[in-house]
Amino acid sequence: MTTYLLRRLWYALAILIGVNLLTFILFFTVNTPDDMARLNIGGKRVTQEQIDKWKAERGYDRPLYWNGAEQGVDKLTHTVLWERSVSLMALQFGRSDSARSVDIGHEVGTRMWVSLQLALPLFVLQLIISIAFSLLLVFFRHSRIDFWGVVLCVVMLSISSLFYIIVGQFLFSRVLRLVPISGYAHGLDAARFLLLPVLLSLLSRLGSEARLYRAMFLEEIGRDYVRTARAKGLSELRVLGRHVLRNALIPIITSAGSYLPYVFLGSLVFESFFGIPGLGAFVIEAISGQDFAIVRTMVFLSAVLYIASNLVIDLLYSVIDPRVRLAS
Amino acid sequence: MGFKFVFLWTDLALWVLFAALAGYGWSVSRQPPLQATWAQAMRSGATLGAAAVLALFVLGSALDSVHFRRALPAMASQTAGVTFYDPHTTSLLDVLLERPLAMREASYSAPLATHALIKQAVERNGVTVREVPRLEFGGAHLTDPQLQWGRDIAERIGLGLAGGALVALLASIVLSFFVGGGALSPLSRWRALLTGRTQQPWRVPLLIFAALALLAGPVVALMGHYHVLGTDRTGNDVLVQALKSVRTAFVIGTLSTLATVPLALVLGVLAGYFKGWVDEAVQYLYTVLTSVPNVLLIAACVLMVQVFIDTHSDLFDTGLERADLKMFLLCVILGLTGWATLCRLVRAETLKLRELEFMQAAEAFGVPHVRTMARHVVPNVMHLVLITTVLNFSDLILYEAVLTYVGVGVDPGLNSFGGMINLARSEMSGDPLVWWSFVAAFGFMLALVLAANLFADGVRDAFDPRARAFRPQRIARKVA
Repeated sequence: MTTYLLRRLWYALAILIGVNLLTFILFFTVNTPDDMARLNIGGKRVTQEQIDKWKAERGYDRPLYWNGAEQGVDKLTHTVLWERSVSLMALQFGRSDSARSVDIGHEVGTRMWVSLQLALPLFVLQLIISIAFSLLLVFFRHSRIDFWGVVLCVVMLSISSLFYIIVGQFLFSRVLRLVPISGYAHGLDAARFLLLPVLLSLLSRLGSEARLYRAMFLEEIGRDYVRTARAKGLSELRVLGRHVLRNALIPIITSAGSYLPYVFLGSLVFESFFGIPGLGAFVIEAISGQDFAIVRTMVFLSAVLYIASNLVIDLLYSVIDPRVRLAS
Repeated sequence: MGFKFVFLWTDLALWVLFAALAGYGWSVSRQPPLQATWAQAMRSGATLGAAAVLALFVLGSALDSVHFRRALPAMASQTAGVTFYDPHTTSLLDVLLERPLAMREASYSAPLATHALIKQAVERNGVTVREVPRLEFGGAHLTDPQLQWGRDIAERIGLGLAGGALVALLASIVLSFFVGGGALSPLSRWRALLTGRTQQPWRVPLLIFAALALLAGPVVALMGHYHVLGTDRTGNDVLVQALKSVRTAFVIGTLSTLATVPLALVLGVLAGYFKGWVDEAVQYLYTVLTSVPNVLLIAACVLMVQVFIDTHSDLFDTGLERADLKMFLLCVILGLTGWATLCRLVRAETLKLRELEFMQAAEAFGVPHVRTMARHVVPNVMHLVLITTVLNFSDLILYEAVLTYVGVGVDPGLNSFGGMINLARSEMSGDPLVWWSFVAAFGFMLALVLAANLFADGVRDAFDPRARAFRPQRIARKVA
């Protein structure tokens, strides 16, 4: 177990270094810091002095990969790559590139909780509702309910999530006036604002998830142990609920787990559509404002979350299914 | 009048793709097993119908992928032998839609309206009054809209319906020449087709085609004189926009999925075949890629492309060329960031394959590695490539809308569903309510994505028997 964990952690570090290198190449080699400065200062005529000043303010005024002017180890460490990577690894995110120059670490810290408020109930409800719906279809398999249920799923997954949002906002906020159209409030009041995004997000993902889970259940239902359970005289409900569900849970958790990083990052589109000041909206603002420092940080953070959630899922396997041994 | 062809990047890619598809069709016709699998896929009415709808979309985007610039009429001051070309690039579809494209109003107007939506200050007999002005083109041929409007619309719809019915009938007769359930006389072949007694359920696509023809007939009849789906804020016809958006969606869907194939195939096969450190390296690569949420990675790449294009704006002749290169690069980026899933599948399949007898035989005969991979491994993983690409297609069309919303998608200068939805968002919350852009984008996108999904399911069923669980069971039993 310990060796397994150590091995996983070592690999996680290797992946993180890879992600860091990838983003660095994307952000600094394809475009030099000079290009970024020009873009951020804006305007047609940007003098070299302005660019140098911009770079110096943000610490981009060193060589990218190799500092020939220094001595010894400093050749490697006194570079943009080294400084940026080390500060990211230490979770020191610094300030953003844009003129407003917000403290990224502080922003992430406060926005994280907002995103969690939206994403955590969503994640749990998503799992429960999708599983319940697909179990219903499986219970009524070979029947009309199953047929039309799957047809409904296919239609639902063919509709862009943007349509759900626009129609939902139109229907619930404009016509029925049940909930505010967008915005956010702290404390308990937030529920009023979060209700609609959660509901719409559930709907927009129900089709694809329910269909996927249904296929997983059906695969389990053909197994021998199900026949044995039926032969013992268990009711269909009990067979499905106790035996099939527990065995199908592994693939389900794997597929749901791949969505876990988004739980923290927030559903990008939903947050920005509903004006919820979470991490997702933060990223979209950064993208439209072309603030590379924020995008770079979020790429790194989401990679950390992805790796962490994968590790958690693998550990969960051994809890759900005792047959899984965590040996290398 | 002369013209000059313009070869956009995506045009070239699309035509290469069409050629490749034709090549694939030819190779299928020479391989009975492959032919049988495709025939099985087409045995389900839903798949065949979806294929028919997709074919119509393909036709539309093919027409929209032949671009040219018209020669401008020669002027007196011009030196002889030199022609100047219109800076505006037109496509074959634009030529077909010439009149609706030219019918540009001032601002919003409702579907089939004769008057604008928003009141404007108009000076009449020296007094300024606020009223809704008549549209410049929509229903302009009517002298008294209030009296004539209903009658004119009804007449045109009736005419269109009749035309549509005629086209549908003709199509059924033409189709009955090719498929007729083995019957001999033309009439009995036609009857067999309509009653569904053909080997493939050709009745379904025929019915869909008939429904579309009945829908399209009135639209065509109305199109030259009204805005069937209204106009948007700048007065452009919404229906035309939606039709032009089809190509964008299609390009994104096909080119990006195809861009994933080379990397995924080569790396996946290499990893599975050689195992060891090659495998480790490939796995490391795709784990790094999947660790970053796709949207962020794409956003990062697109921002970079954006900076490049902004700093090298002198490379492009027309705005369309710039927008097109941006879209082409977006496809490449989507391909470069999205190959992990397919690669993982190919690698797993190759790992399985290389333990089989025929591979051992190849090794024993001393066949070189490259040859083994090309001749024995790649053909055996192609079904995975096919399934994944058709499944990806619809996902990417949906993805395009999200990316365009985030601001890293298609250039606003190009028509796209994402752009339409983006505008519709503010229109749906504004006053007066403008719903037609939204409905148009919704309808077209749903038709395209639904058809793509149904087609993909059919293909997956035929090529991967395990996947039948995705189907509703009633159909699964009928197929078996």
